[in-house]
Amino acid sequence: MSNELKQYPMSNELKQYQGPVWNEPIIMEMGYPGRRGVLFAPAEPEVRRQVGDVSALIPSAMRRKDAPALPEMSEPEVLYHYLRLSQQTLGMMGISLFGTCTMKYNPQINEQMAWRPEITELHPLQHEDTMQGALEIVHNMDLILREMSGMDQFVFQAGGGSEAAYLNCAVTRAYHASKGELEQRDEIIVTIATHPCDPATAAAAGFKVITLMLDENGYPSLDALKAAVSNRTAAIMVNNPDDMGVYNPEIKEWVRIVHEAGGLAFYDAANFNATMSKLRARELGFDACMFMLHKTFGTPKTGVGGPATGAYGCSAELAPFLPSPLVVRDGDRYRLDADRPQSVGKIREFLGNVQVVLKAYAWTRSMGAEGISQASDISVLSNNYMEKGLLAIRGVTRSNPEATTPRMEMTRYSLQKMKEETGVGTHDVQNRMSDFGIDPFWTSHEPWLVPEPFTPEAGEMYGKEALDKWIAVISRISDEAYSNPELVKTSPHNQPVHRLKLGVIDDPSTRAMTWRSFVKQRAARA
Amino acid sequence: MSTANLLTATRAPWTGKTLGLVVNPFAGMGGGVGLKGTDGSDILEEARRRGAQPLSGERAVRALTRFAKSATSFRLLTGSDDMGENAARAAGLEPIVVHRSTLGASGPADTRAAAAAMALWPVDLLIFAGGDGTARDILDAVDDRVPMLGIPAGVKMYSAVFGTTPENAGNLVSLFLEGSPAARVREAEVMDLDEAAMREDRLSAHLYGYARSPYERFLAQNAKAGSGFGEDAALDAVCRRVAAGMRPGCLYIVGPGTTMRRVMVALGLPATLLGVDAVLDGRLAGADLNERALLGLMEGHEARIVVGVLGGHGSLFGRGNQQISAEVIRRTGRDRITVISSIEKLIALGGAPLHVDTGNEEINALLSGYIRVETGPGRSTPFLVTT
Repeated sequence: MSNELKQYPMSNELKQYQGPVWNEPIIMEMGYPGRRGVLFAPAEPEVRRQVGDVSALIPSAMRRKDAPALPEMSEPEVLYHYLRLSQQTLGMMGISLFGTCTMKYNPQINEQMAWRPEITELHPLQHEDTMQGALEIVHNMDLILREMSGMDQFVFQAGGGSEAAYLNCAVTRAYHASKGELEQRDEIIVTIATHPCDPATAAAAGFKVITLMLDENGYPSLDALKAAVSNRTAAIMVNNPDDMGVYNPEIKEWVRIVHEAGGLAFYDAANFNATMSKLRARELGFDACMFMLHKTFGTPKTGVGGPATGAYGCSAELAPFLPSPLVVRDGDRYRLDADRPQSVGKIREFLGNVQVVLKAYAWTRSMGAEGISQASDISVLSNNYMEKGLLAIRGVTRSNPEATTPRMEMTRYSLQKMKEETGVGTHDVQNRMSDFGIDPFWTSHEPWLVPEPFTPEAGEMYGKEALDKWIAVISRISDEAYSNPELVKTSPHNQPVHRLKLGVIDDPSTRAMTWRSFVKQRAARA
Repeated sequence: MSTANLLTATRAPWTGKTLGLVVNPFAGMGGGVGLKGTDGSDILEEARRRGAQPLSGERAVRALTRFAKSATSFRLLTGSDDMGENAARAAGLEPIVVHRSTLGASGPADTRAAAAAMALWPVDLLIFAGGDGTARDILDAVDDRVPMLGIPAGVKMYSAVFGTTPENAGNLVSLFLEGSPAARVREAEVMDLDEAAMREDRLSAHLYGYARSPYERFLAQNAKAGSGFGEDAALDAVCRRVAAGMRPGCLYIVGPGTTMRRVMVALGLPATLLGVDAVLDGRLAGADLNERALLGLMEGHEARIVVGVLGGHGSLFGRGNQQISAEVIRRTGRDRITVISSIEKLIALGGAPLHVDTGNEEINALLSGYIRVETGPGRSTPFLVTT
């Protein structure tokens, strides 16, 4: 192993990482009585006269009896405090190959365009004549995604993937209701490796969820699908490639079987990086699909809270059910079409997060068709390059080892062998990675199909050196696990916060989510 | 040495954890020489005659090595010599010997006596190296008062109390000692296989009882972790849903096991953990029923069967619920069978199908193919059933 490490000249640098330790107190424990930030000039008399008693604007029941117990601090003190806290995190900037999240760099020029007043000062209730530019961008992004998917109409209202998946369930419901079959079609089929938002939103929309297990190839067999499909099938919702990077080559046959039974087929293109410009959902037969503008299309990956955008597209047959309003082009003008009687209504207010659409539009235009195709190639190539390196490391195996199909942009690995041989498992390795200034990897969605899993996703952004360094870190930790497992099991050692006992985190009685509850808990213990 | 330890241990108040270790020195010896088990002294003699070597001691050492250097202090109670003491010393531990047996004559009575002696101490976890027979003996001695964990060393290990390998059993003890939330204690099936039948190539398994046993719950990524009680909550909810969906006038045959107990609890009825109950119109129509009683109750009623998945090997019918016979299943009909399991239990089967062995080929064939397993409220999974 030590010979292997010598191939990585950056490995010596790994040793030198040390996270900054500021010993920063909690902000509620900071400050001094009377210290303050900025004093604002009093409002002018005319303003005061017109507004009147400001506190009277708040209903009495909502008014505080006492002033809030805020720390009294100066502006720089507050600024430094949060700066130091941010310095004590890795901030997803130390080679972040966080699988299933498609971590990408967010070009600063795109961010700056989204900060321009032309977009930040738009009000969603403005007349459409006064926001032609924004509508044009939304419409153009719609056209681009149509081209990439083969669908007939996109909407950007959903503020993330889960909302777009829910929108799909709402559209599915409306479609079957329009045919008078909603009572009968109450089942949605997913696979156990589909992103959990799909079964979750199907259940939230009132459907029963049928989950298919995987066979040795890493995707469910056609027999399993046929056993699940019936005249009660409303739709299938699948990722392809799935959360483990496995592409189901029988997907066209899947869609055919579901259509034959009268169901709809929804393509959750969360893992679109692997197939960008290589295939179109509509050409595979799918009726609808979604793209994550907040990851695949280069805008910040913000998780569930937003601002994010789940772009949802569908066939012309389903388009009447899309939420309102739609941005449509009339000659040289763009207008909002809200006169759509079959629409499912709103999934979110107005047009969704238009700033995210703008950033994705900027990213897509700057990449161009060729650039996007190349990015897809690089992401698949990088993953398969990493796979070679990682599988040579002691204790690392791949999920579904019998499967002959290559992994696409991700591979799910298992550290079960290492765990059995050394007691060092995937969480230990995650902790130890941060000692090298590398962001811990993503393990797996629940339920874990693979024991002690980890899932890196190289993407197209990182160069070979970064991938080599990442592999070298895993290789080093494997060496440590086999020679000195306690070192790994007690890590991190170079971070401002040392290992947290998971039991404490798991136990609600030892957690305080607010300062007030912390003070109460402390008093109760004393 | 052990007496000195005993004195030291009783003099100072002990604040660490207490583990018990019982090694069945003859476990597994019948396997290597084709005897399908080592239950009974004549079989043991035959195994020895065929040249069988003891292996459970070595397996115990492999497990002990995994937690011997645990940061959590613990004391280890063992049986004497090859009933645990030797293995403990080989792993570098100083055991407290609480049971002495005549060397070379250890049998089920010794296993039970050692376990009973340990149960007089505040034992946190009783570890044993053996097979199903050893698990049964320990359950006899300590019931479910003391959690137990098996180091796999037997020929037959159909019970759900074993680690997958000696090393994994040791790792699990390590987590248990640390108080890690990954190590949870659950009720696990102890199965009782009839060795005499197995030697005639018949597999006859009964659900012998339930032991409390630790298992490793896979922890999710912290950032996206849920409450941690998902599996239990989903299982409870689907059992309540099945109970609430029971139709009047219909006889529900409820199989054995802890999952089925949840169904009975949801109905507000007592459950026979190791037997088959029947429910009609929300009332208990019969408890711990045999095949004949079931067929009698089915007269004049539409019948439905509700069962769980039994054991670590995914048995649906024929292991532990033989009362629900081929004839009971035939009269009920395949589409009136409800199967309930947590999704985690299905995943733990590692891609293996569910098994049926009703003793009737026609009924086995009827049950084969995909069956819907209810895994949560409104959630199901088509799962392959084979014979």
